[in-house]
This record gives sequence, structure tokens and C-alpha cells, in this order.
Amino acid sequence: MDIFYASVNGVLLGGLYALYGLGLALTFGIMRTINLAHGDMIVFGSFMSLVVTRVLGLPALASLVVLIPAMFLLGRLFQERVMNRSLGEGIMPSIILTFGLSVVIQNALLLTFSADRQTLSAGQLQTMSLPLTEDFAIGVLPLMTLCVVIVLLIALNWFFRHTMLGRAFRATSDDPEVVALMGIDPRRTYGLAMGLAFAIIAITGVFMGLRTNFAPFDGPARLIFAFEVIIIGGMGSIQGVLIGGVILGVAQTMGNLVNPAFFQLSGHVATLLVLAIRPSGLFPETIERD
Amino acid sequence: MTDLLSLDGVTAHYGLFQALHGITLSARAGETIALVGANGAGKTTLMRTICGDLPAGGRIFLHGKDITGIPAHRLNAMGIAMVPEGRKLFPSLTVDENTQIGGYTKRPGAWSREAVYDLFPELIKRRANKALDLSGGEQQMVAIGRALMSNPDLLLMDEISLGLAPIVVNQIYEAVDKIRAAGTTIVLVEQDIGRGLSVATHVYCLLEGRVSLEGKPADLSQKALTDAYFGV
Repeated sequence: MDIFYASVNGVLLGGLYALYGLGLALTFGIMRTINLAHGDMIVFGSFMSLVVTRVLGLPALASLVVLIPAMFLLGRLFQERVMNRSLGEGIMPSIILTFGLSVVIQNALLLTFSADRQTLSAGQLQTMSLPLTEDFAIGVLPLMTLCVVIVLLIALNWFFRHTMLGRAFRATSDDPEVVALMGIDPRRTYGLAMGLAFAIIAITGVFMGLRTNFAPFDGPARLIFAFEVIIIGGMGSIQGVLIGGVILGVAQTMGNLVNPAFFQLSGHVATLLVLAIRPSGLFPETIERD
Repeated sequence: MTDLLSLDGVTAHYGLFQALHGITLSARAGETIALVGANGAGKTTLMRTICGDLPAGGRIFLHGKDITGIPAHRLNAMGIAMVPEGRKLFPSLTVDENTQIGGYTKRPGAWSREAVYDLFPELIKRRANKALDLSGGEQQMVAIGRALMSNPDLLLMDEISLGLAPIVVNQIYEAVDKIRAAGTTIVLVEQDIGRGLSVATHVYCLLEGRVSLEGKPADLSQKALTDAYFGV
């Protein structure tokens, strides 16, 4: 039974990891750039939620009403004012840029909030559980996280397949030069895509902050999990993040079962195995550009 | 009456290399202009400067309005559509989605998805296929249909017969005839000179980035054309 309980917990943990990976998969899938500050932006989202809940006296989940539009705007500005300047020079400028930004965010958070670990509070939600059997119960919050990521994936899939803007996102990912001939400004598309990624980062930050405590330097560890998720799921594949997250989560809880010290290690080993067997991930989506 | 398209001393560079040296050209509404010339003569470069894909010197006018320096993504809404060399479909999108993207700017006019599928009925059964899975001829049809979806006043077509079987080329040129009959002004680059002359109302022969000969197809002798083409 232990194995069954560990897998259920792993799947639930995978919901949070899928959220980590989703924002990164979006930026890589559409812009073909790598955001090394992704983890720090998630932590930034958690801190911003903390500020909003304190200033407005809202519960943490309600802070999303403010955070999602604010982060969308911030993402759009970030892409249009900063990242778009590095377009067409290959992948390196964006890596250097976001690496620098990662350092800036960490230290800005440290200066503003000190190095103390913080938590978001949602009252009872964090301790509520659903009993599955007599001696096994699953947390409501982890279940909710998994449901949120599934709803997000369904919504994104609908958006990419059935709206004009969604199709424009995919066409821009395929070929930003030809898309301009169709009257689409790839720079504007990129701005909207980054806005969308930031809105998802806001959601990720809130759910992470509800689940675990966080501190200014937690970003890089989140980034590694996000990378592992998209490596397992397939670089740039939006739907692949769910499988990637679940595999990573289950690998970690299984490792934990053997020995608690293997918790992180077994996740990394699972990622390496996928890299060795299927280097482009389980569901490779992005098509190689010429 | 002003020309639909006119170029006045257009130049273009790739780095230090000057690819176009003062091209002057004009097209009245409804005309079909054929650009012919050897490889590297500047035909594709000229097309790219017209559609805003490549920065140009000199001046380019559309409907008498100076459009020099306007980026490609704004020219589509102003009435220029391009069928790029090598088709350049969006590989991860279906045939339907590729044509829909062509109509992104929602320019009003007679062309719609239904009209495009009327023009190329063989695409109907392929609508849900990824563009990558089509044959070369089918891809070319999608590329033309995609460009038509923006209801362009000026349609630029670069090497639409390249690499296709003669029977497919005939099919595509039948479609071109229908597009011309609908009143669209066309500038096309064609490797096959005979083909180019047969559809064109006016021919420009390019040689090393300059116009070496121009005129109505009927007025150009084979000898003059050959000389202009090879630069002897």
C-alpha cells in the first residue's frame, strides 16, 4: 500500500511541478528563448501575493485578482522593452539577460523582505484533507493545485487551437519572419505571450506560497524543477508539462519511500533517464526552425 | 491615373554587398508584371524590398502613397500580400489554420476560405492535415491561398513553379489566370521565362541588380531577351 500512497502523493506533487514548468514551456515554445529568471519570478509572485494580502487584507487566493492582471502587464513590458531588444541574435543574449535579472530579483527581494522564510496563509484550506481510506487522506490544497493546472492546460489548448490570436502565437513560433507577411507583428505577439507566461507565474507563485514556505533565494531550485518538467514532457510542449510534472513528482516520492535522502536525487535520475532515452522529451512539440 | 505600384531608384544591400542598383518599375491596377533574370540577378531581393521584408533605398509607392520603410507586418493591411519563395507554410499548423492566418488582418474583399477552396478543390480533403504533410504542389496552393486571404491589391509571387511537376505547374497557372481575372495586380518571379512571358502584361528582365530590359512580351524579341538575360 505504501507504494500506492506514494504514487498518489507524487501525482499531486506533480500538479505543482507542472505549474512550475508551464510558464517556462510557454516562453520556450513561442519565443524560443530561455528564461533563467523563471524560478525567481515565481518566488517574486509569492512575495507580491504576500504584499497584496497584507495591504488589502485579502486571503491569498483572492490576491490573484490583483496579481494576474498586474503580472500580465509586467510580463508584456518586460518582453517589449527588454527581451525584444535581444531578438535575432540567437539564444545567448536572452540567457545572459535573464541570468542577470535572476540575480537582481533575488537581491531586491532580500533587501525588501530580509532573508526570513515566509508563508502565505489561506486559513483552513492548507490543513483540510479528503480521507481516501481509513488510514490515508489526500490534502485539499494539492488536489486543488492539480485541478488548476489541468484547467489551465485545457484553456490554453482551446486558446491555441480555436482563436485567431492563439493561431498567431503558434505561427509566430514556427516562423517569425513569414508571420510578418501575414500582417502579424511578432514583437507584439511575443509581448502578449510573455504577459500570459507572467500571469501563469503569478498563479504558480501563489500556489507555491500556500504549499511551502519561501525565501528570496529559492528561485534557482524552482527553476531546476521547471526545467526537469519540460525536459521530461518535451521542450516547448504545453500539454507535456502535466506528464513531466507527474513523472518528476512520482519519481521523488518513490525515492523518498526508499530513503528520504533520495527524494530530490530520484527526480534528477528520472530526468537524466529521459534525456538519455528520448533527448527531445516524451511529447516534443516545437518544430525545428531552419 | 496613378500607378498601383511604383518603384523609383530602389536599392538594397546585404551587408556591404549592393544587390539592387536603382530599380525603377511601375504597375497599373490589374497588370501582371513578370520579373525574369538569372540566379542572383536580384529578383527575390526586389520582391522582399516591396513587401517590406528588407530595408530599401529609393522610394516605393503603393496607390501613390510612399510606403518606403514601412515594416512588413503593416503592409499586409495596406494591401500587399506575398507568396514567398519555398512556400514557407507554418509547418505545425493545419491547412485550414494556415489559410486562416493569411486572413489575420481581416481586409475586406471577395476572397474567403470557401473561395480559396473553390480555387483549389484538391485542398478540401487536406484541410485538417498539417501543412508539413502535403506534397509540394499542395503546399504551393496553400501558400497562394494564404496570401489571397488578405484580399490583396498587390500579390507578390516568388518562384511558384519551382520544383513542381509540369502538370501541377499547369494547375497552379490556371489558378493564377483566375486571380488575374478577378482584377488583382500581380508581380511574379518566374524561373521559366516562357511561362513568365505567357502570363505577363509587362516584363522586366533583371541583370546584376539592374533592369536590363523591359517591355510588353509581344514587343520583346527572343534575341533581345536572351541578351538581356545573360548580359551579352
